Amino acid sequence: MRGASKEPPLSVALFYAFAAFTVLCAAGVAFSTNIVYSAFALLGTLFGVAAIYVFLAADFVAGAQFLIYIGGVLVLILFAVMLTHRIADVAVSNRAVGRLPAVLLVGGIAVVLARVVFRTRWPVVDALPDIPTIHAIGNGFLGPYILPFELASFVLLAVLVGAIVVSRKELRG
Amino acid sequence: MPGVPLQHFLVVGLLLFALGLYTVLTRRNAIGILMGIELLLNAANINYVAFARYSGTPTDGQIFAIFVIMLAAAEAAVGLAIVLGIYQNFASIDVDAAHALRH
Repeated sequence: MRGASKEPPLSVALFYAFAAFTVLCAAGVAFSTNIVYSAFALLGTLFGVAAIYVFLAADFVAGAQFLIYIGGVLVLILFAVMLTHRIADVAVSNRAVGRLPAVLLVGGIAVVLARVVFRTRWPVVDALPDIPTIHAIGNGFLGPYILPFELASFVLLAVLVGAIVVSRKELRG
Repeated sequence: MPGVPLQHFLVVGLLLFALGLYTVLTRRNAIGILMGIELLLNAANINYVAFARYSGTPTDGQIFAIFVIMLAAAEAAVGLAIVLGIYQNFASIDVDAAHALRH
């Protein structure tokens, strides 16, 4: 990898391509007037973020992103979009209000964050070897992070029961 | 990864965060707002994994990212259940229409 040639390797060009793809799809989520287009742009964004995880040598996180986000969350969102009708009605389905204050606020926050990103001297170590992370993550979940891990299972149980209770008609008085 | 500085990953996270915040602030469709929240969580996750990678201890940041992914799935399930409940009560998922918790 190191010192192979002066010109940037293919992986660098691929990273910038995936980063641009991710941001463009996120812009589609933010600016599309049709909620169905927004949902499919979100699919592209989640895919691009998974690719970025791969570039960061986080193989297990990228896999979890695919399985949970694209396989679970996005399908849930599409179900909700299709179950609530009038989706083809562009004027109603994804109305946006208060654009100017939102642009001002978001722009201000983005400028401040960009200054933080570029002005701070981040303590960075040099390139690590790209080793599989699953072993270390498994040891972490069953070692120092055992309490949050067990709490997560409890949270998921509560979510399961709560979602059923909230969405069933006959259970609501 | 070699060849790409940490700042460029942070800029991707920053742009996702800004677009997600814009989505949350301007949408009146409850599902659209949930999509914006997913963008915000993904932006935070990119920062977690990038900082973890470049600081030399990749495991801790990745474990936090997995917790965030898990909580995002939980949030989506409950949030969309609430959206469907609102839709059944008000025949609309415009958040301005949902002014009461029940009829």
